[in-house]
Amino acid sequence: MEILRLLEYGFIQNAFAAALLMSITCGIIGTYIVSRRMVFISGGITHASFGGVGIGYFLGFPPLAGAAVFAVLAALTTENLTRKKVLRNDSIIAIMWSLGMALGIIFVYLTPGYAPNLMSFLFGSIITVTSTDLWFMFSLTVTVLLFFITLFKPILYISFDEQFARTRGIPVMLMNYLLIVLVALTIVLSIRIAGIILVLSILTIPQNIANIFTNRFGVIMVASVILGFVASMIGLAVSYYLDIPSGATIIFSLVIMYLAARVVKVLTFGKKYPSGKETVHEPAEYH
Amino acid sequence: MKHIDASYRDKVVLSNVSLSIYERDFIGIIGPNGGGKTTLLKIILGFLKPVRGKIAYTFDRSEIGYLPQGNQIDDRFPITVREVVASGLEKGLKIQKKFSAREKQRINEVLEKVGLTKLHRRPIGELSGGELQRTLLGRAIASSPRMLILDEPDTHVDNKFEMELYRLLRELNETMTILLVSHDLGTISPYIKSIACVNRSLHYHPSNEINEEQLKVYNCPIELITHGPVPHRVMKTHNP
Repeated sequence: MEILRLLEYGFIQNAFAAALLMSITCGIIGTYIVSRRMVFISGGITHASFGGVGIGYFLGFPPLAGAAVFAVLAALTTENLTRKKVLRNDSIIAIMWSLGMALGIIFVYLTPGYAPNLMSFLFGSIITVTSTDLWFMFSLTVTVLLFFITLFKPILYISFDEQFARTRGIPVMLMNYLLIVLVALTIVLSIRIAGIILVLSILTIPQNIANIFTNRFGVIMVASVILGFVASMIGLAVSYYLDIPSGATIIFSLVIMYLAARVVKVLTFGKKYPSGKETVHEPAEYH
Repeated sequence: MKHIDASYRDKVVLSNVSLSIYERDFIGIIGPNGGGKTTLLKIILGFLKPVRGKIAYTFDRSEIGYLPQGNQIDDRFPITVREVVASGLEKGLKIQKKFSAREKQRINEVLEKVGLTKLHRRPIGELSGGELQRTLLGRAIASSPRMLILDEPDTHVDNKFEMELYRLLRELNETMTILLVSHDLGTISPYIKSIACVNRSLHYHPSNEINEEQLKVYNCPIELITHGPVPHRVMKTHNP
């Protein structure tokens, strides 16, 4: 009953809506990232976005807008340099990762006075999500949903075998650029909830839980959306009652769910996984 | 293709290569490692632009079926046999639509042809090396291409599957041109119709029989062992 009463508060309603929207985008984009072994590149984009946060504070414009610009630039640069084989992919990511963090630290340091909400960018705060944030998240969710529903098959085929997809006349390069921009925007808008340090977990743990039970791309996507939302609700409730940071609690809920899923799997099927080799537990590598 | 030059980072891989491919030919592409076999395929497929020369097609490039080397495939990707085979029917960027009854029938036909009807719902992570190759072959032939390009399809598969594969390719050759890169001339020679020796340059040999002297002339330094009707090079244990 007390939980229902909480829903009367505006900030809780916002948090509820943000969790739902984030679960949808991260469930879909995360499945693409994990299946295509792009976890490391996503980490690079996430941390590169901190440069934009720092410049936002320094120049006095919304830090999240700066993060979005930096994330998209980092994503496009990484994709472009990888394609041209200018540098090894992991080296490009490492440079983007550290450059973004370095710029962020320098500009936050140079900003006179106190940088408000800096901790929420680093560790997330779902209860400080504003109506404006929600509109941005809603727009992104609609875009991601439309993109993946209408182009599900080409996305699946490109993710599985880019070269073959090219032989079938699918515009692989254009699709890769569009997808990496969606990855960058999803990461930036999820930073409001989970923070730069933790956002990668929301993009990977639900998919890994789902993958314990299924090996289907589409099913992993849907299951990840549901798992992400359930974990967000549990995390939100626990963080409220224990008065602890919401972002970290959501991630902790996901890890507990992952361990519970493992136990359920072992108890149900023994140590042998009936779905065969699991698909997404390898260290991330792109292409 | 005429007078093709190709290079990677200033290193010349193919030089002045010319080749005419005739309908229903079955060309075995052989040559030493690093000789440019895969580069040749990439140029035909349009993955790589030659630095010089011209390539002309008598049909649309989307009518080429392609079976990549097995190690290019992430066998842990969450996708089923049926989905992989169905991907061979995709053409261009299309807004989501369900497969038509005709397309579904074609997918079923292909699954039957490559012997995977019973495994069609299985994730590729649960397949053996031979089953995965059959799945990829099914994908390559799903659109009934006019030309089929196979890059070392017999790597990491057992002898039984190897024989099945070549029997199937012979059958497919009745309706399509086949280009096959292989490291094992001995195994493929009974099935192919001609040989292309690739070692920076290309020499087309219009027969499946070749001797050491010819290989020397063609700049293809590989050993041949004679047993059975066709002299051939043996790189692994097999029954003549």
